Amino acid sequence: MNWDLFPQFLATGLLTGGIYSLIALGLVLIYKSSRVFNFAQGHLLMVGAFTTWWFSENLGWNVWLAFAVAIGVSALIGLLVERVALRPLIGQPILATVMMTLALAQTLQGAAIIVFGAYQRSLPALFPIQPLVLGDVRLKLNLALAFALAMLGFVVFVFFFRFTRAGLAMRAAAEDHQLAQSVGLSVPRIFGMAWAIASVVATMCGVLLANISGVELNLSIIALKAFPAVLFGGLESVPGAIVGGLTVGVIESLVGGLPQDPALRALHLGDIAPYIFMLIVLWFRPDGLFGLKRIERI
Amino acid sequence: MLKLNNIEVVYSDVILVLRGVSLEVGDGQIVALLGANGAGKTTALKAISGLLRTELGQVTRGSIEFDGARLDRLGPEAVVRRGIVQVLEGRRLFAHLTVEENLVVGALARNGNLRADLDMVYQYFPRLRDLRGRVSGYLSGGEQQMVVIGRALMAHPKLMLLDEPSLGLAPLLVAEIFHVIRQINQREKTAILLVEQIAQAALAIADHGYVMETGRIVLEGPAQKLRDNEDIKEFYLGLTQLGERKSYREVKHYKRRKRWLG
Repeated sequence: MNWDLFPQFLATGLLTGGIYSLIALGLVLIYKSSRVFNFAQGHLLMVGAFTTWWFSENLGWNVWLAFAVAIGVSALIGLLVERVALRPLIGQPILATVMMTLALAQTLQGAAIIVFGAYQRSLPALFPIQPLVLGDVRLKLNLALAFALAMLGFVVFVFFFRFTRAGLAMRAAAEDHQLAQSVGLSVPRIFGMAWAIASVVATMCGVLLANISGVELNLSIIALKAFPAVLFGGLESVPGAIVGGLTVGVIESLVGGLPQDPALRALHLGDIAPYIFMLIVLWFRPDGLFGLKRIERI
Repeated sequence: MLKLNNIEVVYSDVILVLRGVSLEVGDGQIVALLGANGAGKTTALKAISGLLRTELGQVTRGSIEFDGARLDRLGPEAVVRRGIVQVLEGRRLFAHLTVEENLVVGALARNGNLRADLDMVYQYFPRLRDLRGRVSGYLSGGEQQMVVIGRALMAHPKLMLLDEPSLGLAPLLVAEIFHVIRQINQREKTAILLVEQIAQAALAIADHGYVMETGRIVLEGPAQKLRDNEDIKEFYLGLTQLGERKSYREVKHYKRRKRWLG
């Protein structure tokens, strides 16, 4: 690597990582409350981006208004998905729910093709397109603002879990479903809420990403970056999602920036490196860096 | 107040666990439900609280009434809203939440004055006030039992279903917990249905008692009368008529495993 470029790669990595961590947050929300690993998170993200595009392009709405309405729509999609696809599986083996989220991913993909068409679309810019220059580092302003929005989202969710009744109910339900029911919490309603929030978060990510790379079906693949992020951050941990996401972003950017001969470059080491790092972390900390350790008293 | 009318409970559509159980809890009463392991005491509590549904169990016959309304078709949240809270066996806590968060969760199903409710719980269990910021999973067994009873109290129940609060606790702690249970009953006018293995302690604070065996009620009566019952003394209190220690060598084996219905 050319060391002069180190700050540049680091900063770009951090900013991209911010978006990865927001995707990871969606995964954590669902896993934390219902122990379901949602393989369709990337597809929710893609559908959210397309919904925003549809409102702004087809109905000619201002892009921010379209974004706001799409967030509302995605909350409904989240509720619907939980009600139709996942609630019947409560209490069933974990493999059944995993297969269900995979089926959900395919269904959303198919629905998006039917409703929106399989073309690449572009969104009107949410933020002004110009570089942000900080000393030697030149950043895309829209990426920086997307990062800021993602971090703001985190602060809101940390606050939500720590200080609100609904947040406490979700944390309680995450620990023990039967016990939560015994104190009068409605566990299905809590799952519904988790899916709605996760879907909203996915739409936010989808639009922030689409604003940089355009609206396309392949947006769903980006969720593959969030998988290592949640695994080494810890599946139940909101701070883990932040740290995991940022780490993946930085590793990807730095490794991708190493000088390589063309043969090596074809391997896309930047994409692979986060997974290798994840494997090493899991070797030493099977619950991830911030995952809940089972409390056992002897 | 609470009336179980000849109920039958079946798990997974085939396993018959309760057959024709009837019992009654009056306003403000403490009722003890005694019996050996596997007699169906916990199942009876879960039938009342609706938690049976989470375990593929079902009330297939009979009815459960609370203040005149049917309970046996309601889910667990609806039962809690009507004023019945079950304290599950084995001191089950939200282990990663703090003591105070655990207590607050108990009040989530209801809108009330949180501060006042917490103060009430801390009055019954002063130790919890000092421990309120601690992660509950690391507390000692006795402290955990205080948290789960306190959590149930936060819902201001009309009826509390307590499942073996003495399980695995030292005798002194058991005495302390039972003392508080009686206080709660007297001051908050909370009726209590108490499932216990330690018959002596339970009958000491109860007004009325039932004995279950293999899914049936085999004996019932006022607590005082049960305390004096020869069979109860022999099988649960470990005493003979003279109050002496029993030597099991002298008991013929067929008598040892006596069935109440004989």
